[in-house]
Parts: sequence; C-alpha cells; structure tokens
Amino acid sequence: MKSMIITKQKEIKNILDLVGEGPVFIVGCSECATLCNTGGEKEVKEMKKIFEDKKIDVSGFVILDPACHFLNDKRILKNYRNEIGNAKIVLVLACGNGVQTVAELIQDIDVVSGTDALFLGEIKRLGDFERRCNLCGECIVDLFDGLCPLSRCPKSMLNGPCGGSINGKCEISEDFDCVWDLIFKRLKDGNNLHRLKDIVEPKDWSKSVEMGRRI
Amino acid sequence: MAYKSNLQRVLSEKKFAVTAEIGPPKGSDPGKIRKKAELLKGYADAFNITDNQTAVVRLSSMGGSFILLNSGLEPIMQMSCRDRNRIALQSDVLGAVSVGVRNILFMTGDHQSFGNHPGAKGVYDLDSIQLIKIVKDMRDLGVFQSGDKILAGIPDVFIGGTANPFADPLDFRVDRLEKKIIAGADFIQTQSVYNLDKFKMWMDEVYSRGLDKKVFILAGVTPLKSVKMVERMKFHVPGVDIPDEIYKRMINTPDPKSEGYNVSLELIDEIKKIKGVSGIHITALFWEDIIPKLVRESGFYPRP
Repeated sequence: MKSMIITKQKEIKNILDLVGEGPVFIVGCSECATLCNTGGEKEVKEMKKIFEDKKIDVSGFVILDPACHFLNDKRILKNYRNEIGNAKIVLVLACGNGVQTVAELIQDIDVVSGTDALFLGEIKRLGDFERRCNLCGECIVDLFDGLCPLSRCPKSMLNGPCGGSINGKCEISEDFDCVWDLIFKRLKDGNNLHRLKDIVEPKDWSKSVEMGRRI
Repeated sequence: MAYKSNLQRVLSEKKFAVTAEIGPPKGSDPGKIRKKAELLKGYADAFNITDNQTAVVRLSSMGGSFILLNSGLEPIMQMSCRDRNRIALQSDVLGAVSVGVRNILFMTGDHQSFGNHPGAKGVYDLDSIQLIKIVKDMRDLGVFQSGDKILAGIPDVFIGGTANPFADPLDFRVDRLEKKIIAGADFIQTQSVYNLDKFKMWMDEVYSRGLDKKVFILAGVTPLKSVKMVERMKFHVPGVDIPDEIYKRMINTPDPKSEGYNVSLELIDEIKKIKGVSGIHITALFWEDIIPKLVRESGFYPRP
C-alpha cells in the first residue's frame, strides 16, 4: 500500500474561527490529502458548502496537483488570480508543506491551514492509517527486520520492549500494537533472535537536522 | 575491598538485602522526606528516591537524595530517560556523585501520557540500556558518550536497572535482562511480585543461565493497602500482574489493610527461598510507615 503524509481535518468550529467572515478561497491537494479524505475535491466542495450555509462567501477553489510542488502551484494559481484577489483568507486543506508552499506564492492574503499533519504513514485500508516513519535522517530498520521502533514505539526505544508491553499491545493504548512485540515475533519466526542480542547504540540525531537537499 | 556503597557491601557479603522506596513530595518542603527518613532509618540498606514516577511532577530525585544523605540514609537515586537528553543525564550523574550519591537506578520511565502533564514532550533520547552502558563507560573507561575524556573525577556509581518478569513477550524477558547486564547493570530491582509462579519461572531461567552471578536481583514487594489500590494495580497499571487468588482475598476480607499486609509477608517468605534472589525492594505506596513492621516480621531486622 501507499505511504504518505497523513493529515486530519481540524474541527469545523476551529476552521470557522480561522476564516472569520471570509470571503474564503479554498485550496486542496490531489495527492496525500485526497487519499486521507481531508483535502481532495470532495472535501473541498463539502467545505465550500459548510461556508455557504454559514453565509461565508467562497470566492473560488482549486485542487493543486500536488500542493507541495512550487513551480506547478505557481502556474496553476495564476489562473485563479481574480478569485484569490477577492478573498480575505486562503484556507489550505493539505499537509504542513502544502500550506507553506501556497503561503510562499500568495504573499498579500492570510493563508491558514485547515488540517493537522500527523505522521508519515501507511494506508492499511481505506480510512485506516498507521505511523511508519519519523523522517529521522538515518534509516535503521535493518536492525529490526524492517520495522521501525523509533517511529512506532511512543518511547522510541531501540532496546525494547519496556515493561508495559502486554499481550502484544502498547501500554499507552490497547488500540495499537507494541512494535517491539512485532519485532520479537518476526525475528523469532525467522530464527533470527540473535540479532536482538547486541545493544543498539544511541541514535545519531545530527542526521536529522538537514534543512534542505539539492541533487 | 572498598565498596562504592552500603548497598553494594551488603550484597557483596551475600547478605539478603532490603531496599525501600521513598516518594518525594509535590512541593519543595524537605521536611516530608526527613520525616520518612526518620521513620525508616535502619530498616533498609538503601532507599530509592523516585524520579517523577508515573510522570507526575515532584521534588527531584537529586534533591531528595541529597536530603536523605543529610539525614544519614543512603539513597538510590532513580533517573528516567523521559525528561532529559544524554547531555543532561550525564551531567546529573556527575552532579549527584559530587554530593555523595553512589547508587543510581536507571530506567526508561513511565510514558508522559500517564502523568499530570500529558502535554509534555517526552525526550527519550536514550533508552535505559543505552544509558546504563553510557554510565558504565563513564565509570570504567572514564569517557563520556561522545568519547571525550572525563577530566576531573570519575563517577564511581553502583549501577542499578529494572526488570519486569511479568510483561510480554515473556520469552524475551530474560534475554533483555542479559542485555542490561552486558550494558553494565550491577543490581536489578524488579516490578512488584504478586504472581509467584511467573516470577519463579523467570528466576529459574535467570539462575540456570548463571545471570544471578553477574547481577544482584532484588524482588519488588508492594503491600496492598485497600481494595481500591488492588483494583487500580490489577486493571490499570501497565506491567503489574496480580493473580485472581490475591485479588479475591483482598475483596473478600473485612480488613483489606491487614490482609494486604499478610499477603506481603507470605510473598516475602516465598521470595527469600527462591534461588538467585539477592534481596527485596519494598515499595509501599503512600504506606511507608508499614515498612518497619514488615521488615521486622520478615526477620530482616536489624540490618547488617
């Protein structure tokens, strides 16, 4: 299945506070936010309807393809110059990256985010997402047979599990699996438990502060 | 041999050790700890001072340890990985040793979502095993985690760790203990023991692998004070295993307080017979004044 930036829409009450009296121009995204049902064409049109029911003008909307592509956004947004010009607020239903790319392109109007970005995750099935990666800068899943305790253990333990792992579930919520239990079972099934013998050294976090990359 | 601490002396002389926990107050009044110190003096070989246990803010374990030292008691300072990164942890080890702390117990720590500041950022830069190894290297190699040399005063710490024989996956629990020993743990305090069968199974594996020769194991004992407490521990505290038999005894008795005390006496009596166990660690939550009686009636008084 696909992996992506998983977002959740803010509470409607919260979004109404952000947009005030409008008029609002709404921006969606064709990629992650569409698959998360937070900022695709369907959700953008639903948001438009909510605003109109509250007598808040919507000057227009667009679904960027995708919102995080600067030059592409620049080209598409040119076609909406008038609608954007008529708005007092631009509401972006995309990830934290999408909203900033749009804000960079629309300088003179307030740009707000209608979503909260949660994690880089997997779509297990429709509407079911799980955290898989913290973008830590140096992948170490080879040590754990392809599973990442850094992102999937709430304590990020590299020499787990802690004393709270019960029946394969995490101590902080029975709703999700203890990743250390999964790692243990997987290595045991593959006769590879010896790989857990070595103490995993502390993480080198200096790899996690890359602020940009050019190829 | 020059011992790092009284606790190390008692354990090394093969005497059955007793440690007890003192929870610091939610405030800066040293009187609370001094009072408990007065009450417990002479009833244990060393006293744990907890580090914001269950992620509830209290007087710090370093401050508490210092108060104990001034009261003539030997502290076991607890340090959790939840609230400090590797810079602060190493620095606090140096600070604690500089004022006279010699036993430090390292743990990953209860997750902040259980405490009274669930919005706090959990640090977890290190886990307990990594931290134990770092402190062992500070002590035995005289280097920080960076590899830099320690320049003035090697911290001569008796290193403690924790173990939970009742958590899953059970098959990995002794392996993980061994990892902690290799990392550098000198002594281990376990999760409170109520399920004797499970504890014996775990100790049997520990003993047959000879791990009890490499680390001192102190079994956790927590007297149950009330029905409310047993229910909270049984159903809500992660990692605690209270068998139905003990639960039923507690809910069917007209006097839960004395029944809970009796359960502890019986557990201690069984625990001291188990091969490889070097002592007990008493955590009497909000019931510290029961400790002298429990230690006396278990036959562990006076302390060596």
